[in-house]
Amino acid sequence: MAFESLSDKLQGVFKKLKGKGVLTEADINEAMREVKLALLEADVNFKVVKDFVSSVKEKSLGSDVLESLTPGQQVIKIVNDELVTLMGGANSKLTYSPRGFTIFLMVGLQGTGKTTTCGKLANYLKKNGKKPMLCACDIYRPAAIDQLEVVGKSVDVPVFTMRECREPEIIAEKAVKEAEMKGYDVLIVDTAGRLQIDEALMDELVRVKKAIKPHEILLVVDAMTGQDAVNAAAGFDEKLGIDGVIMTKLDGDARGGAALSVKQVTGKPIKFIGLGEKFDALEPFHPERMASRILGMGDMLSLIEKA
Amino acid sequence: MLFDKPKKSFFGKLSEKISEVFLGRTVDEELLEELEEVLITSDIGMDTTMKIIGQLREDVRKQGLTTEQQVKDRIAGIVESLIDKGENHQICQEIPLVILMIGVNGGGKTTSIGKLANKFKQEGKSVLLAAADTFRAAAGEQLELWGERVGVNVISHHEGADPSAVIFDAIQSAKARHIDVLICDTAGRIQTKKNLMVELEKMNKIIGREYPEAARETLLVLDATTGKNAISQAKEFGEITDITGIVLTKLDGTAKGGIVITIADEFNMPVKFIGVGEGMDDLKEFDPAEFAGGLFNE
Ligand SMILES: Nc1nc2c(ncn2[C@@H]2O[C@H](COP(=O)(O)OP(=O)(O)OP(=O)(O)O)[C@@H](O)[C@H]2O)c(=O)[nH]1
Ligand SMILES: Nc1nc2c(ncn2[C@@H]2O[C@H](COP(=O)(O)OP(=O)(O)OP(=O)(O)O)[C@@H](O)[C@H]2O)c(=O)[nH]1
Ligand SMILES: [Mg+2]
Ligand SMILES: [Mg+2]
Repeated sequence: MAFESLSDKLQGVFKKLKGKGVLTEADINEAMREVKLALLEADVNFKVVKDFVSSVKEKSLGSDVLESLTPGQQVIKIVNDELVTLMGGANSKLTYSPRGFTIFLMVGLQGTGKTTTCGKLANYLKKNGKKPMLCACDIYRPAAIDQLEVVGKSVDVPVFTMRECREPEIIAEKAVKEAEMKGYDVLIVDTAGRLQIDEALMDELVRVKKAIKPHEILLVVDAMTGQDAVNAAAGFDEKLGIDGVIMTKLDGDARGGAALSVKQVTGKPIKFIGLGEKFDALEPFHPERMASRILGMGDMLSLIEKA
Repeated sequence: MLFDKPKKSFFGKLSEKISEVFLGRTVDEELLEELEEVLITSDIGMDTTMKIIGQLREDVRKQGLTTEQQVKDRIAGIVESLIDKGENHQICQEIPLVILMIGVNGGGKTTSIGKLANKFKQEGKSVLLAAADTFRAAAGEQLELWGERVGVNVISHHEGADPSAVIFDAIQSAKARHIDVLICDTAGRIQTKKNLMVELEKMNKIIGREYPEAARETLLVLDATTGKNAISQAKEFGEITDITGIVLTKLDGTAKGGIVITIADEFNMPVKFIGVGEGMDDLKEFDPAEFAGGLFNE
C-alpha cells in the first residue's frame, strides 16, 4: 500500500509518545527527529520537512499541550492537523465553467500518466452526467495520438485529432469549436510530456493556454517521484499557473512524499489520485482521510461511505 | 562530451549547492550536517548518505582535509567507490544477445529500446524488437514507430495477446534470421502487483528455455525522478529476474537520480546507460569516474 512505510514509522513514534503521561521538551525533540527522518525517507521534500517539523514542534511546546492530561495525544493531533493542512485541507473539487463548456488541460513531465488519466477523467465525468470529448495535442511521442484514440475507445468518448497539424494550439482551438458545436460540455486536452526547464515546449503550452483559456490546468504527477517533485511542480506552476494536481501510480508501494510536497510548494490542491492502469482507477483525493490513514487512525470516512 | 547534460542538472546543481554551503568556512560538524542535507535532497537514501558522510568525517580527520576542493574531491571519491562496478558497466558484447527491458510504468523502457536499437545498428549489428507490451494502449504502435525510425524490424501481436507468445515468436524469428541482438519490450508494471510479476517471470523463463545459447541482459529501467521507491523496484524486479544492469532515464531534467547510488550500493547493480532526452541518440554509456568526478566540477 502507498504510504505504508511512512505510516509504520510515524505510528512507531506515536506509540512511544502515547505511553508517556508527562512529556518533556527533550521527548518532543526526540519524537520530532524521528518524524523528520520518517518524512525524509518517504521522499517528502527536504524543505517541506523542515518547515513541517518546526511548526509541529512550536505548537507542541505550548504549555497547554505539555500540561494537558494526555500530552502524547495532543501532539499526535497536532501532527494530524498539520498533515491535513500539508495535503490541502478539505477535498478540492473540479470546477466547471459557468458558461456551460469546460476545458481541462493536462500537463506534466514525461511518462507521469497524462494520457491514461485523460481517459480516466473522461470516464469519471461521464459517470457524473457530463458529455466529455478528448483532444490529442501530443505531436511528439511516437503513437501518442493512437494511444489516446485507443483510450477514447475504451471509455467510449470521442477523440479529436489533427494528424497533420504541428501546432498544438491550433489543434486545441479547432477541438474546442468542434466539441461545442457537437454539444459536448467538457473538453479534456492531452499534451506531450515535457521538462519544466524546456523553454520551447513550455512556451508551446503557454500558447495552448492562450488559445483555449482552459478552465483548469491539471498537473499530472507520478507518486513515485522523489525530491524533484517540487521542482517540476513549481516550474509548471510558475510558467502556466496550474489549478490542481492529479497524483498517479498510488496503487504501488509509493511512499507518497511527492503528494505531501507539491501542495505545500505550489499552494495548489491534489484533486484526484490514480490507483491503477484501468480507466475506473481514479478517485477524488481526500486529504483528511489520507492523513488519518497515514497516521493509522483508520480511514473511517472511506469505510462508512463504502458500506 | 559524455555527461555534459547530467553535469549541468545533477552535478552542476549539487556542486553549486555545495559551494554555497562552503563559502570559506572551516570543515566542522555543522558543515558536515549541511553536506548531508545536500546529499539527501539529491535522492540519495538516508543510509547511503550516512555512509558517505561517515566516511567523509573519518577522512577529514585522518587526512586533515581543510579546503572546499579537498572535501569535494573526497565525496566524489567515496561516491565513485560506491557506484563503480568495474567491467560490469559495459553491455554484453557476445552475440546472439537477448535483452529484456523491465520496469515500472512510464519509466522509459520503449524509448530506451529505440535508442539501444539505434546504437547496435550503428555498430553494424542486426537487431530485432519484440513488442511484448500487449497491454498498454498503442504500445505496439509506439515500438513499431521506433523500429521504423531506426530501421529495424518489430515482431508484434494484437493488443491483449499473451506477451510470452510474442517473445516466443520473436525468438524463433531471431534464430531463423541470425539476428545479433533481440530486444524485448515489456509492459510497465508496479513491482508489488503479483500477477504482473508472475507474467514477467514467465517471459523471462521462455527466453531461457527457447534460446539457451543466447547471451542475456536484463535491464531495469529507472526514471531519474524516482525517489526511494526505486529501492523497492530494484528489490522486487531483482527477485524474479537476474538484473544485469540499470538504464537511468530522464537525466536531462532537474532530477538528480541520486537514488542510483543507493541502489548500486545496496544491490550491487551496475548502471549501464543513461537517458538524456527523447531522441534516438540521447543514450549515453555510464562512466562512474566521470559521474563521480563531474560531481563537483563546474
Ligand atoms: N499502476 C499505474 N499505472 C499508471 C497509472 N496512471 C498511468 N499509468 C501507467 O503509466 C504509464 C504512462 O502513462 P501515460 O498515460 O502514457 O503517461 P503520459 O504522461 O501520457 O506519458 P507521455 O505522454 O509520454 O509524457 C502507462 O503504462 C500507464 O498505463 C496509475 O495510476 N497506476
Ligand atoms: N526527457 C526525457 N524523456 C524521456 C527519456 N526517456 C524516455 N522519455 C520519455 O518518457 C515518456 C515515457 O517513455 P516510454 O518509453 O513510453 O516509457 P515506458 O517505460 O515504455 O512506459 P510504459 O510502457 O507505459 O510503462 C515518453 O514521453 C518518452 O519520450 C529521457 O531520457 N529523457
Ligand atoms: Mg501521453
Ligand atoms: Mg513502453
